[in-house]
Amino acid sequence: MTSILGLILLSLTLGLCALAAFLWSLRAGQYDDMDGAASRILFDDQPPKR
Amino acid sequence: MTLPVPQTVCAHCGTDIHAGGRFCCAGCSAAFDTINGLGLGQYYTRLVRDPALAPNRPDPTDRWDLARCVTTDQAGLHSLTLAVDGLHCGACVWLIETALGREPNVIRSRVNLTTRRLQLGWTGDVADGGRLVWLVESLGYRLVPFDAARLAAASDRTGRELIWAMAVAGFAAGNVMLLSIAIWIGDSQGMGPAVRDALHLVSALIALPAIAYAGRPFFRAAWVALRAGRTNMDVPISVGVILVTALSLVETLAGAGDAYFDSACTLLFFLLIGRVMDHRARGRARATAEQLLALRHSDVTVLAADGTTEQRAAASVAPGTRILAAMGSRIGVDGVVELGSAPLDTSLVTGESLPVLATPGTTVFAGTINLGATLTILCTASGAGTLLAECVRLIEVAESRRGRFVELADRVARRYAPTVHLAALLTFFGWWGFGHATIEHALLTACAVLIITCPCALALAVPAVQVLATQRLFQRGILLKSATALERLAKVDAVVFDKTGTLTVPLPELMPDPSRDPADLAAAAQLAAGSRHPLARALLVASGPVVAAEAVREVPGRGMEWGETRLGSSLFVGVANPPPADGPELWLGRPSRAPVRFRFAEALRPSTRETIATLARMHIGASILSGDRRASVSAIAGQCGIAAWQGECTPVEKFAAIEALRQSGHQLLMVGDGLNDAPSLAAASVSMSPASAADLSQTIADVVFQGSGLDAVSETIAVARRAQAIMRGNIALAIGYNLLMVPLAMAGLVTPWLAAAAMSSSSLLVLGNSWRVRK
Repeated sequence: MTSILGLILLSLTLGLCALAAFLWSLRAGQYDDMDGAASRILFDDQPPKR
Repeated sequence: MTLPVPQTVCAHCGTDIHAGGRFCCAGCSAAFDTINGLGLGQYYTRLVRDPALAPNRPDPTDRWDLARCVTTDQAGLHSLTLAVDGLHCGACVWLIETALGREPNVIRSRVNLTTRRLQLGWTGDVADGGRLVWLVESLGYRLVPFDAARLAAASDRTGRELIWAMAVAGFAAGNVMLLSIAIWIGDSQGMGPAVRDALHLVSALIALPAIAYAGRPFFRAAWVALRAGRTNMDVPISVGVILVTALSLVETLAGAGDAYFDSACTLLFFLLIGRVMDHRARGRARATAEQLLALRHSDVTVLAADGTTEQRAAASVAPGTRILAAMGSRIGVDGVVELGSAPLDTSLVTGESLPVLATPGTTVFAGTINLGATLTILCTASGAGTLLAECVRLIEVAESRRGRFVELADRVARRYAPTVHLAALLTFFGWWGFGHATIEHALLTACAVLIITCPCALALAVPAVQVLATQRLFQRGILLKSATALERLAKVDAVVFDKTGTLTVPLPELMPDPSRDPADLAAAAQLAAGSRHPLARALLVASGPVVAAEAVREVPGRGMEWGETRLGSSLFVGVANPPPADGPELWLGRPSRAPVRFRFAEALRPSTRETIATLARMHIGASILSGDRRASVSAIAGQCGIAAWQGECTPVEKFAAIEALRQSGHQLLMVGDGLNDAPSLAAASVSMSPASAADLSQTIADVVFQGSGLDAVSETIAVARRAQAIMRGNIALAIGYNLLMVPLAMAGLVTPWLAAAAMSSSSLLVLGNSWRVRK
């Protein structure tokens, strides 16, 4: 019984982490430009800005 | 590694040029040098040109009042958002970002390829923004700054709320479903009631807050509808979800029976996916339509009393201000000409296909294009009596008269909600009164009926099809702005077209003449090259590229003069006894040679005839309502095979004609582009505008189509009809499912896993069926 409760808590924590990660990526604007992201991976790395 | 073939396209923008040169114009040459100078020559090998876009020929003529668009934060970072025209592919994104990134004071330069916007951030002088904008414009892109105020207003709060709700519902659905599967399997393998109750309790802890949060969009809409005494699809959804949750909670706390938390969460998750997709698809169509409009705006040049000029947004120009309208520019305000005379292209305002000569005292409207010398215009308020005011008044009349369109889904919900609630009531009394069950058992069975009839598939039946149809049309450049446009389009049985700019293209076409010497055409084109007059431009299109003659003088409203050679009206050229004109024409007069006549005809949009024929096959009648002269309307009507036409209509007459057709029971589609069409667009049951239409018309139209072909009209109707048929099919499927399941529920045979399976499978079936609209 205790092992089940522990596992449930663990799975819920993992699930909450995934939810938080999704909401973070949403806020960070990662879904704002799907077309651009598709072609951006083909660019060379830009030299870092000073 | 250039190939040793004679170059026939411009090395920068890719337009056809004469053999010999490398570039089509000085701007392209400069852009090519700039790009190679920055060491970004790879751009040309990476570029994949989009043939649908205009070539990126640098023409940095716009001057912007950037001050109202720039926002500055405390750290001194200036930010600006601009609409970008001419983005072909990722290479353009790379070019713009890298070129701007080379500037030392640029902190941020990010191009969004989806929304086609550039976000620019720089430090130092605010005015430096102008130089940065010019830098990108000199590469061949057109930039239009977005107002900071308008940008803030457009932030999408509904969309964000829906996505957050969807994420939370998805999380809850996944985790509760995991627990539920454990319960179902445990039940059949002898799991103890203590473990089951514990698992139910954990499910409740996840589901309750999630449902309270993710269900808000539905609860709110249902509450609004109920308060107004109506019912919509959100009412049975909300009743179902709340009952399921309450019942499950009671069961859990009582430590007995079944819990349906998984069904409630999954239901909300599925429905929210549908809502999010629906919102995104239409949001994208709307944003694109807005972008098209924004790209056309340009600031107005205001002339101050001391003779200095200043750029200002058209909306902020007060009556009594003097503005300058340069050649080729769109006049941004209503006003009266004070100084100068020039031909004006008024086709977007009045529907007249030929330019009108404006002289001091002439009233001009926002949206007309100056084709000649610079005009000084005194801005007047668009008070009563002007054309615009008249149009706006008619639009208000039309919109007040147009009743609220009841969507198919709501019509279904109006019957559905009372039916299932009655069925649940009957179940309760059946078990309690005749079945001699306990009240608890009767109540549980009645709730099971409500759970099984909670309209998941039914609520997805319409939006799923709408999303897919909207996306399909979007790929074709047809922007569906209104949610109910598809349903209204499917019912259309008559189409009314405007003529100028809708059936015809803006530029007339030179009529072929076998007796004409090609050298005459080339000579005339040399003179025409310097003019913006539509006939001159049509001549240039017919002749192909020529070297423009230098020092050509343009006499407004009459013609072009180069030494003793003249191109213009028969009067201007001095033709003795000209044959009667049956359409627009130009004459070329040269010393000691017979004058040459060039006749023009209005050119139909591509595939106009086919579209009219297709519409006829779909049993949709077509007619024309135009503000242009009767003769030219009749000619165009004959050419595209339309029998019913009316010419010389004022906006009021057009409006009245549309109203009359509506009164006689027709479901009308109005297709128009001019300001004079705007009231008719609002009066018709559904409306379309080409992307070249006047701003007001585009804003009013339910559908905006890009591209030159008119076949967008017949295609949109065809897709709408197909979508309507599939929606009805979906609704039949969803109701069929309920007919199958409701007797089981009434008999008390439904278990939680059966409810979950039935709901998911019916939703998937409906989604799969909706996919057919993409074909």
